[in-house]
Amino acid sequence: MKKKKIYLLFGSFGLLMLLVTLIAADHIDSPSVANTSVDIADFFAFEGDNPDNTVFVATMQGPLTPGAVTENAIFDEDVLVEFNIDKTGDFVEDLVIQAIRRDSIMYFFGPSVVDPADAGLNSKIYVDDFVGQVEISGTDETITASANGMTFFAGPRRDPFYFDFNQFNQVVSGNAAPEGFLPPAQASDFFINLNVLAVSVEVPNSMLGDAPPHVAGAVGIDGLPNAYNVWVTTKRKQ
Amino acid sequence: MRIIDIKLVGLALCMGLFFVQCVDDDDNGNVIEQATCDDGIQNGDEEGIDCGGSCVPCFEGLDFSGTYTQQDIMGRPGINTVFSGSDDVKNNFNTSVVSDRASFQPIFQATLEAYHDVYGAALGVSLDYEPNILGLDAATFTTVLAQFDALQVAPNAPTTYYDGTNVLTGRNLSDDVIDISLTLMFGGTDGTRFDGNNGTPQLTSDGVGPGDRDFNLPFPYLETPVMQ
Repeated sequence: MKKKKIYLLFGSFGLLMLLVTLIAADHIDSPSVANTSVDIADFFAFEGDNPDNTVFVATMQGPLTPGAVTENAIFDEDVLVEFNIDKTGDFVEDLVIQAIRRDSIMYFFGPSVVDPADAGLNSKIYVDDFVGQVEISGTDETITASANGMTFFAGPRRDPFYFDFNQFNQVVSGNAAPEGFLPPAQASDFFINLNVLAVSVEVPNSMLGDAPPHVAGAVGIDGLPNAYNVWVTTKRKQ
Repeated sequence: MRIIDIKLVGLALCMGLFFVQCVDDDDNGNVIEQATCDDGIQNGDEEGIDCGGSCVPCFEGLDFSGTYTQQDIMGRPGINTVFSGSDDVKNNFNTSVVSDRASFQPIFQATLEAYHDVYGAALGVSLDYEPNILGLDAATFTTVLAQFDALQVAPNAPTTYYDGTNVLTGRNLSDDVIDISLTLMFGGTDGTRFDGNNGTPQLTSDGVGPGDRDFNLPFPYLETPVMQ
């Protein structure tokens, strides 16, 4: 019995040790994308300074250390960044906003209506829905551009994500028992001085249309406001 | 020289005819139409015919063709990294569509329970997940995580992952998604099950906040990179 318990214990540790890779919101979340130009670090969606607008932010290729690594980080011309918006509650994208680099410019397309037959793992660029472009910022500048009611940015930024990643690894491996995470005075933010490549787009809600009933209602949590379901994907040219 | 002169004269005549022709075509009661992006001529601030300037860019030389295939995907923070468990599952998650994730739910639930098992083993007690502050049991919670993995963003309400009042209406740069997620995983029905008090482990907060980050900047709302 004792052996079995020990085996189970180590079995659990084994499973959890597999989790102990560089984990963050989505930073380097799987072996096939880690340290590549398709790797999504994080995703944010929030109300803009103008409350009639929604902002989408994708951060990528993190963590980038200060200096040359950040200076040399570039968006891949073969990688399409796609903000997906489900307006019906079926978690299939109804609208997409696409971004892709050509030379020193990030080009934006959309919001494009997605035919259900075209939804999913493969995309084409909705060239006819070109909506704006912005010169990609360097490390010491902030270049934004506005067109057709939308505002655009692409370039290196400080990682906004904060997390005591090292202690998390200790916690999930059982090494931090029984205390768990550290008191604020001892905790350390792994990402405090690291960078990412960011793509931001601010879009008037009027261009997105009505939002569906909040999905929380499906699990008995009622009273939440109507909300789009949104996610970001990176897609590589085949 | 004479030949060139003759050519120039001929060219001038041709141009004259051309412009006359144009004038004839454009004569519609002396109404001068403004430059538009679909009139078939380069005018206004266009850099080419109906492109550049305030029109669509001149895509000449730019190739936006082809098919692009999904490599990575993200909705809510930390889902794939925290709950998928193995490398194969993580890779599969990243190449799946949000609407077809039922197969991930039992994996997520097993991982959630495994986290509790490890801590229970370390403490020498038996620990199981308890329904969280949203009232979700393990199966329902992991169903929400696996099958509805998107940020909900409300166009007509304050956006936040959770701010004490509003919940799941977006994700701000400043939101402490780690503490919120840990609370949902380990906080039990009142959010304080393992909050470090009364001899319990601290599993509901990692103890770090945004530090000296500035989240009150105008668009693009993110700080310039740290360069030293």
